[in-house]
Amino acid sequence: DLCLSVSPGDTSVLAGLYGPAEAKISKELPDRAALEVLLRPKVGLPGVLERSREQLLRQTCEAVILGVLHPRTAISLVLQVLSDTGSLLSCCLNAACMALLDAGLPLAALFCGVTCALQPDGTILLDPTARQEQEARAILTFAIASSERKVLMATTKGSCSVEEMQQCLAVAQRAATTIFQFYRDSVRRRYSKS
Amino acid sequence: MAAEHGTAAEALVGQVVLPGDLLLLPAHYDEDAEGERLRLSAGAAPQGRLLCGPGLRRSGAGLLVTTCGLLRHRPGGGGAYWVDSQQKRYVPVKGDHVIGIVTAKAGDVFRLDVGGSEPASLSYLAFEGATKRNRPNVQVGDLIYGQFVVANKDMEPEMVCIDSSGKSSGMGIIGQDGFLFKVSLGLIRKLLAPKCEIIQELSQLYPFELVIGMNGRIWVKAKTIQHTLIIVNILEACEYMTAEQRKQALAKLSGN
Repeated sequence: DLCLSVSPGDTSVLAGLYGPAEAKISKELPDRAALEVLLRPKVGLPGVLERSREQLLRQTCEAVILGVLHPRTAISLVLQVLSDTGSLLSCCLNAACMALLDAGLPLAALFCGVTCALQPDGTILLDPTARQEQEARAILTFAIASSERKVLMATTKGSCSVEEMQQCLAVAQRAATTIFQFYRDSVRRRYSKS
Repeated sequence: MAAEHGTAAEALVGQVVLPGDLLLLPAHYDEDAEGERLRLSAGAAPQGRLLCGPGLRRSGAGLLVTTCGLLRHRPGGGGAYWVDSQQKRYVPVKGDHVIGIVTAKAGDVFRLDVGGSEPASLSYLAFEGATKRNRPNVQVGDLIYGQFVVANKDMEPEMVCIDSSGKSSGMGIIGQDGFLFKVSLGLIRKLLAPKCEIIQELSQLYPFELVIGMNGRIWVKAKTIQHTLIIVNILEACEYMTAEQRKQALAKLSGN
């Protein structure tokens, strides 16, 4: 199953989900599904940055997928970056969630990714472009679940105080509502055709 | 739609639900509170247990939605709720009739690819009239239409080609020629509904043989290869065509 995710500023990521499929004996887990995430950059070979992002995505997805319903299987999520103009990680998170939704895998909740950039003067920007990311003092990315807006994953680049992080989190949780509404609308549109 | 605190299940029947939505059930389904309430109005509480179908899980006081789709409800026999979702990947379920492709012969069992996460096993004795001396003539690459007798998440799925009374009732090795292709599970359910219009309209076009497997596979055989391919194309396109477009396409073909 394929889906395309576009975030403001023309960052786009193509997500493909395969599974639950047969797992290699070395990788299969006896009680749950083994999830594998592959992130391919637009140019060049995947490096350490891609690997760390893959782990973040994998841990977020594992928190919502009901893996116990498919033991000894493998679920593969492949993400290909088509264009990157900022907020790449949150775009990948959104693409991953839509791919999971599209494929019909059992999920306990939905999640979305929101990036906040903390500017030197203290203002908070949502979904920064590449230029704004470079000028910012800190960039925080949150993965927020649909059930009571709980935080599934938080990653920070740069330095900020605890209060500033709490403020960014509050702003991100409000923004998450818009994204979940977008999910609902697109699913509704898809099912209205049948 | 704020679904964090749960919305009544009846209000959402026929609408799109997303994973994480909590559905609250009417009070008379709640078995824990049986002793607390007096059943004042006779006939208000339906007898029987509520069935929680695919796409839903019990959680606390209600049902948690786990896949996105349309919520459906069947009131008979205690009631059942389930989520109708469009999917391509098949998960074996006991009792489903599927088309499998033989991939290997391992001693007394055949290994079949049914499109799930594991190959299914089929014993050579599970055919009508098969004995230890009278083995069925199954080769690698053959198509088999059978049903699951064991299919759960912990064990390897097992298939048989006979029903509980020992008769084959249409199951077994599918003959030569014909064309096998894959469609989404939603289309399969639509085709298998009683009095499906698509099949009726197609049968007026050309005579053909059709085997539909719940794992998304369909096998078609008509008199000539051209007729077979036309039917295959129409069935594949049916997923995205409305009834009007389909009637137009068929009218164009029968006019030729």
